Amino acid sequence: MSILGGGIFKGMKVTLWNFVLSYFRRDRLTTNDYSWRPDGDLPQGIGDYPKEEGEQLSDTTTVTNYSRNFPMLLHDGGEPMDTVRCVACQICERECPPQCIYIEKDYDENGKYIKRPAIFDIDVSVCMSCQICVEVCPFDAIVMNSQFELSTPDRFGGLLVRRDDLLKSNDYYHQIHPEEAAARDQKMAAEKAAKEAKKKAAAEKAKAAAEKKAAEAAKGDAE
Amino acid sequence: MSELSHEPLLQQFPDAEWDEAAGAVIAPLGQARTVAEWLLGQGVDYCSNVTGVDYLEHEVKEKITNDAGEVETVTHTEPGRIDVVYHLYSMQNKTGPLVLKQRTGRDNAEAESLTPVWRSCDLQEREVFDLFGVNFKGHPDQRRILMWDEFEGHPMRRDYTEPFDYEWEPTPHNEILEKHQKGKVIV
Amino acid sequence: MSTAAAPNYELLQQDGLETSLLEVSMGPHHPSTHGVFRMDVKLDGETVVDLRPVFGYLHRNHEKLAENMTYLSSMPFTDRLDYFNSMSNNWAYALAAEKLIEVEVPERAEYLRVIMAELTRLVNHVSLVGFFLNDLGALGTPLMYAFREREKILDLFEQASGARMMCNYFRFGGLRNDVPEGWLERAGEVVDRFPSFLDEYEQLLCENEIILSRTQGVGNLPRELAISAGVTGPMLRASGVAYDLRKVDQYGIYDRFKFRVPHTDGDTGDCYDRFMIRMLEMRESIEILKQALAGIPKGEIMGNAPRVFKPKPAEAYGRIEGPKGELGFYLIADGTPKPYRYRVRPPSLINLTVLRDMCLGGKIADTVIILGSIDIVLGEVDR
Repeated sequence: MSILGGGIFKGMKVTLWNFVLSYFRRDRLTTNDYSWRPDGDLPQGIGDYPKEEGEQLSDTTTVTNYSRNFPMLLHDGGEPMDTVRCVACQICERECPPQCIYIEKDYDENGKYIKRPAIFDIDVSVCMSCQICVEVCPFDAIVMNSQFELSTPDRFGGLLVRRDDLLKSNDYYHQIHPEEAAARDQKMAAEKAAKEAKKKAAAEKAKAAAEKKAAEAAKGDAE
Repeated sequence: MSELSHEPLLQQFPDAEWDEAAGAVIAPLGQARTVAEWLLGQGVDYCSNVTGVDYLEHEVKEKITNDAGEVETVTHTEPGRIDVVYHLYSMQNKTGPLVLKQRTGRDNAEAESLTPVWRSCDLQEREVFDLFGVNFKGHPDQRRILMWDEFEGHPMRRDYTEPFDYEWEPTPHNEILEKHQKGKVIV
Repeated sequence: MSTAAAPNYELLQQDGLETSLLEVSMGPHHPSTHGVFRMDVKLDGETVVDLRPVFGYLHRNHEKLAENMTYLSSMPFTDRLDYFNSMSNNWAYALAAEKLIEVEVPERAEYLRVIMAELTRLVNHVSLVGFFLNDLGALGTPLMYAFREREKILDLFEQASGARMMCNYFRFGGLRNDVPEGWLERAGEVVDRFPSFLDEYEQLLCENEIILSRTQGVGNLPRELAISAGVTGPMLRASGVAYDLRKVDQYGIYDRFKFRVPHTDGDTGDCYDRFMIRMLEMRESIEILKQALAGIPKGEIMGNAPRVFKPKPAEAYGRIEGPKGELGFYLIADGTPKPYRYRVRPPSLINLTVLRDMCLGGKIADTVIILGSIDIVLGEVDR
């Protein structure tokens, strides 16, 4: 025999149970504060996030070390434009699906192309954080940042992030995405070692060929 | 999943062509509804996808050996056409797909509506009408579906130019402005 | 046919009483229409006499955009088609493109694809049930419980791909990157806790008299109409047809998993059937997930697809069983890096063909419930 309203009563029991338990077990909370994550999951304590000059962060950041937001250009420490990895090859500009990147190459006084960008603008109101620029870059120069507090009251150009704001150091990259940065560094070191080994092997081969030629020339002289 | 063979269809309708490159049956002119009804009788009861493809007039180069035995390149102009492509499956026998195409020209494009046969063609043929401009004879309710009713033009056609009614703001890529300056948008 | 008006429609005529039909536009800004969707409803009192759906408010002409971009560059845009299930959309596109080029997907990538797709199915069904109950009037509680579970799965997606919803994770020939360490264990934990959540959810909802009386008998969809109208997904299975692309096409490695396909016994389906089918499908997804997580091998995750994707002229139609129905991609390649024609077969749009048939003759309050049970997402309807 079922009472009219018995089903509703059963449902309310569930709600009441949930309400009571939420005081004791945090994973019963339905609010968005990620309370079920053990404390060790966030990079540091909340609010303690590493700050660089010019960066803003709020206290309720829920960014993990896997999230991506908008791109940034990498440099290897020191004066940013001295060690910037980007050579302004414009591959990311071509491959970007919404076409939000604008690059101009840098030329020195004689008009020769030096390998850095003079202008590198990303329109973050257009950028959809798809990560394709990161995938196609052959120099590991552009990676994803996780900073999301970029709002500005300036409608015409406030959301156009220029080259100098995009440049961040490799150490910062290690802080926000440690695993990915470590993997990338390892890959770059392996590629460099392979290139050096190839160069060395080619140099040795050239030396051996030159010695053989000299020996034959000497033999030819002697005869 | 087993294949739905097109052989019986070609036997029943000798006018239909088989396009090997596309793997599709091209319905004979004016008989598309008959073909569809025959297919429904054969158990092809599910029309999965209806779409249009626009081909502009273009030149096709072919290498043929002429009578003297030399290989020469012959060009002929392939006229523009719009294809209406139907992907058909059979739910009862769990087979498919069978691709059926209706061909029509680009000016006064007309095709037969297969909505009385398979109800799923209803909204999709409306979309082909809206975006390509193909008039479906026998469609119960043909009007624009994705664009608003007073819209002019058919956006998915290859030669469609956008109207210059944007409020554009300066972005690094001023494509619309450049196109307007080159005269490629209608104002 | 589709232009017949509701049966038993007679306006009340009496002296001194002027009756007419009331035309209501349940307009694009409406909390229950699951997006910018409009229905022009003609009412006689509270009975629906005519109903015309109007959409196109979110039309971005995705198909034309894709004709100007390379194959890879369209992948982020497929995320935004059905924005709840971005991983499934990615897989459908990758499947269609992989038919154009002969590339073999490694084992581990196939297993991960199945895991991501089934997690997406869980996300979608649980959100849908939450929204459906929201429309019924259970303002917020089931929705928030559902979203609590969804957050856990979105966390998993963020750890794998970097973004919660717009994942852009699949590539032609495999996946973009491997899942980080410990991900499989975390996924296992989420999957292990899900059945108890589902039990609690069912206890909350499935015997509730209000739900039973408002959804049973409402929105009847007979089987012949469902097949002819091209309805797929849980709606079709609720009308009695056991047609699931995971069993029929067996794309990916679905032939290795044992799971059942829930469908109803009879000839018609109503809203309650569709609601219950989705609850049962969630349980089957958990079965598949358990098997996949147990059997996943180590290995590579990317096959040997060419770097510049230039398929020879051919056509391909790839389809998957998305959470909402059959999601298909029709690609025509012409030897250049850009597709000649790119077409998305949207399940939500095709399922809307029968909205009018189901709503005629019912009350206007039922219209909202029927629309909720069809499970539409406007990003997919309008593309």
